[in-house]
Amino acid sequence: MIPTIPQPRLLTAAYTAYVVTFFVFLALPLVVVAVFAFNDSQFPSLPWEGFTWGWFFGEERPVIGVFHERPILRAIGTSAFVAVCVSILSVGVGLSNAFLFNRYRFPGQGILYVFMLLPLVIPGIVLGISILVFSSRIANGAWDIAEWDIEALRPGLTLVILGQFSFIATISTLVIAARLQKFDRSLEEAALNLGASRLTAVRTVTLPYLAPAMIGAFVVAFLMSFENFNTTLMLVGSDAPLTIAMFDRLKEGSTPLLNAVSLLLMLGSSLLALVMIAFQRRG
Amino acid sequence: MKAEARIGLILLLTPLLLWLSLLIVIPHIDMFLVSLRERVGVGEYRISPANYLTFLTEPLYLRTFARTAIMAMLATLITLLIAFPVSYYIAKMARGRTRSALFLLCLVPFWVSELVRTFGWMILLRETGLISTLLQWAGLADQPVEMLYNDAAIMVGLVYTSMLFMVVPLVTTLESLPDEVIEAGYDLGGTNVSVMREIVIPHATPGIVSGCIVVFMLSLGNYLTPTMLGGKDSLWFTELIYSQFIVRFNWELGAAFGFLLLLLSSLIVWGMLRLTGHTLERTMG
Repeated sequence: MIPTIPQPRLLTAAYTAYVVTFFVFLALPLVVVAVFAFNDSQFPSLPWEGFTWGWFFGEERPVIGVFHERPILRAIGTSAFVAVCVSILSVGVGLSNAFLFNRYRFPGQGILYVFMLLPLVIPGIVLGISILVFSSRIANGAWDIAEWDIEALRPGLTLVILGQFSFIATISTLVIAARLQKFDRSLEEAALNLGASRLTAVRTVTLPYLAPAMIGAFVVAFLMSFENFNTTLMLVGSDAPLTIAMFDRLKEGSTPLLNAVSLLLMLGSSLLALVMIAFQRRG
Repeated sequence: MKAEARIGLILLLTPLLLWLSLLIVIPHIDMFLVSLRERVGVGEYRISPANYLTFLTEPLYLRTFARTAIMAMLATLITLLIAFPVSYYIAKMARGRTRSALFLLCLVPFWVSELVRTFGWMILLRETGLISTLLQWAGLADQPVEMLYNDAAIMVGLVYTSMLFMVVPLVTTLESLPDEVIEAGYDLGGTNVSVMREIVIPHATPGIVSGCIVVFMLSLGNYLTPTMLGGKDSLWFTELIYSQFIVRFNWELGAAFGFLLLLLSSLIVWGMLRLTGHTLERTMG
């Protein structure tokens, strides 16, 4: 089926209808979440009790809005902190990996490349428990040998950051390597001919060229970290990031407060995605 | 120059090796070692396959494992069947701006946390939810209908959650198929079905394989969707891992479960690559 080859009307109509239905299916859950953030009721369900901003700005019980709900605000802060750390680490390691696989040829490179891809095909929950098991072993070992308590290796934010980094680094590597692949190396050679040292050439020519991919990788890493659930669930300590905090509340029963948080999340991530697309266009 | 290149290589190799060894390879070996441990006293362990024997002799564990595998495969198949026509429409039927707009529209829901998406389905499907109310209003049901907490709800959630990872590779491979080739198929007397079967699908195979691998893996390892949308009887294997680790604190058995899940997902991924003659580098990289 292709537009240049005529098809029976009914068939094209049915096909279009199918595609439209698909997009309704995609949009429906998100629209519902957004709409019920404004329902003036204790439950995010019908009947519709009237429009309210209360779940955003409400200050008194029973309607406490997002902006006055301390635990949720703190969880957002925790998530943002984790996401920034994960993004910085991932972009740094991703950049180094991209150069390694693009510029060097060494024995075992192919195998190393496959290993680098592996985190993508390991279930997130398995990544989480393996890191949990290993870090506890080191922490217990350190305690047994030297009575040295390494707080960072117990479930908590450090482990959450490492756990998320362990697979997000693969994605940032792929994003940056894809752009480095397209780089015209004669530009770098020109810089060398003009008297630049190798590092100066990379810093002034190659890195600016890679900037859009690095920003893209940063945003993708930030969003993936912010949304991550499986790996985080296994490694989390007392400071819960937003997804875990929301999950705990959802298990107890939900109020439209969660809808309001979700709507803010949607707005935030769409904004970030738009920023990224804008940067990609310029690059 | 030679020495400089060597130093550069070592400097770039260090972060990669640290990352892969400390966060991926050694933790997984360690997890396997823990799974082979059996507790015989306080702080005393010995090596034995006891945890794996527990898994094999306890029907609940075995059944949950098989159920999770089968439902993840089914979810992958359904996702493929739903996504293929849509991807084909985006790649081959839509033109210019419409195409990029539709593609972007496919991506939007996935910028939002999985938790939010699952929450959306809970609002839609629950007893007091939108669909139930709509059915009553239309006169198709005379009392609230509970559509949450069963396997069908899990399936809807899984398919919805993994849709993006099927659509993107499919659109990418289908876009690389020139329109002229499809037209030539019709000129040579092909029908819709034969053109699809002999030209489009063979060309799209790499996309189908990579989409299926990712979707299967995500469904198998999903925790949130089965927990929130599934009922008391619809246990998912990841829930068993979680309960052994966090609730019962039986890390040995939990590690064995984790290793089995890893084994299953690796086997299926390897099998799919083998069956279609692709490599991991080409499919993922």
